[in-house]
Amino acid sequence: MSFWEYVGSRWEQLLVDSYLHTSAVVQTTLVATVIGVLVGVAVYRSPIGSTVATALTSAILTIPSFALLGLLIPVLGLGVRPTVTALVLYALLPIVRNTIVGLSTVDPSVRDAARGIGMSRLGVLTRVELRLAWPAVLAGMRVSTQMLMGIAAIAAYAKGPGLGNLIFSGLQRVGGANAINAAVAGTLGVVLLALLLDAAYVLLGRLTMPRGIR
Amino acid sequence: MSQNEVHSGTGVGRREGRPDDRDVASGGSAVSGVEIRLEEVSKRYPGQALPAVESVTMTIPAGNTVALVGPSGCGKTTTMKMINRLIEPSSGRITIGGEDAHSLHPDQLRRRIGYAIQQVGLFPHMTVGENVGVVPGLIGWRSGRVADRVDEMLDLVGLDPAEYRDRFPRQLSGGQQQRVGVARALAADPPVLLMDEPFGAVDPITRGNLQDELLRLQAELGKTIVFVTHDFDEAVKLGDRIAVLGPRSTILQYDTPEAILANPADDTVAGFVGAGAKLKQLALLRVRDVELGEVPTARVDEAPEDFRRRLTDGRSQFGLVLDARRRPVRLVSAVELRGVTSLRNAGRPVVDTVSPASTLHDALEAILTDDEGVAVVAKSRGEYAGVVGIDTVMATIRALRAEHEGSADEETPS
Repeated sequence: MSFWEYVGSRWEQLLVDSYLHTSAVVQTTLVATVIGVLVGVAVYRSPIGSTVATALTSAILTIPSFALLGLLIPVLGLGVRPTVTALVLYALLPIVRNTIVGLSTVDPSVRDAARGIGMSRLGVLTRVELRLAWPAVLAGMRVSTQMLMGIAAIAAYAKGPGLGNLIFSGLQRVGGANAINAAVAGTLGVVLLALLLDAAYVLLGRLTMPRGIR
Repeated sequence: MSQNEVHSGTGVGRREGRPDDRDVASGGSAVSGVEIRLEEVSKRYPGQALPAVESVTMTIPAGNTVALVGPSGCGKTTTMKMINRLIEPSSGRITIGGEDAHSLHPDQLRRRIGYAIQQVGLFPHMTVGENVGVVPGLIGWRSGRVADRVDEMLDLVGLDPAEYRDRFPRQLSGGQQQRVGVARALAADPPVLLMDEPFGAVDPITRGNLQDELLRLQAELGKTIVFVTHDFDEAVKLGDRIAVLGPRSTILQYDTPEAILANPADDTVAGFVGAGAKLKQLALLRVRDVELGEVPTARVDEAPEDFRRRLTDGRSQFGLVLDARRRPVRLVSAVELRGVTSLRNAGRPVVDTVSPASTLHDALEAILTDDEGVAVVAKSRGEYAGVVGIDTVMATIRALRAEHEGSADEETPS
């Protein structure tokens, strides 16, 4: 069976896996964004806090994904839970770092004026600082998403959802029927989805970036 | 008023639109400001031996503009920021309109105090209109009322609402941004306005225009303005009163610009006033404030010989020839009248006149330019009013010095 015949015959399975893969990546990016922005907001005023937060999230990123997933299995079991946990942890660094950078590059005079005319601390954060930091946060999310597309494939090791299952099963049966086709289809699917999501980010940026700072 | 309008103010002919009597702030304009009192206000930062601000006591009368001047790092900005509690005082009391500033939530307090700073600090992601409408929005105005107010404020600072409302700050020049900053500060009609070197970052011409506009606004609005600057000339131009601050914000002298120029409290103040104090003083006085001198006058159709006789009899150096509407046209000396047939072309033409509203600085300029050493004063329709000579200017300076002698020491706290 040629590659295209394989794709034609497993069309539905490929779509479901692609959907699950994307869904896992997008959802974990969102969760990581919420956590990462909260962490960034908590630490950006303090140089020590910022350094610690960046160092910790970088440390997470240095753990090999295969190892992290494997270590999470005894604690969280198989399936979705270790997958989501690992993906969220990996997505944190770009988002935390960009949030800190974005917030700390807000012109101090803008902050001073905002406080001076009577905006509350929360108001300054939500109406001014986060709006101005948004392009940086979005750039962090974009990097995280790209990274997670690849890492999510490894999650099949922990019986996670997505295109990784095709790759893993294919590679385990090398020499068997359609083994290479499965691995290639899974890999190409990941690349294709990554490109599509990246395009979606460009669109999202267009739609959400305030005109005054674009 | 269009922002392109060229202002006459070259630093001399200013104070247009300001009440004449500078001691009575209510002279003509409604006072919407309230009194601010600082009572022994200090600010100490932990780990620093000396306080940043040490026991400042001052009263800022309602509707007045008070300029805080002093060298960099003297604590003038800190002092100002304690009024709206961007910096909390370590001790002492600040009352605004009789109300203790500490009894309010800082955010509530600040919504009642306009705040404009050198870097402007406009929100770059919001339009000009949204920037101006922030404070009215914060205090819960309906959106329709906010929109009306935004247009009103832009109009007030000389920006056409239709053209500028929907622009973003980065699309404006520095001067325009500062106008928007002032509009934002005034949007909720606060009785008090704090300004921290608001015109420090714009070019000198724009700065002059903005200063003139602030004077015009203030004449209209009568706010209580606390204005921080390190530029003494700016303080003289804008301030009803000036507080010259030394290290730790101690008040070296707190008085009217006239009094400080006439009689600096000590060498430090004198140094800060800088060279040309007397000239600066002249810029604060109007020709109408001094007694005008008289010279013999003649109508153009009079016989030159008669006029010559009047001049020599009166031992006058020169006289003025007035036209049918009593406008000075020519300035002649007795010698020049010898042998002329008509006064119409005797002597030389009067080119420059000063008006009663001109400053003595302008008059002095005219005196120095004139061959005879006089400035001819003409009323609004060009009618002859009198002359100002160098003696008058010197007498005025002497009188000012005598008037403020000693008074500065009593009025200056600490």
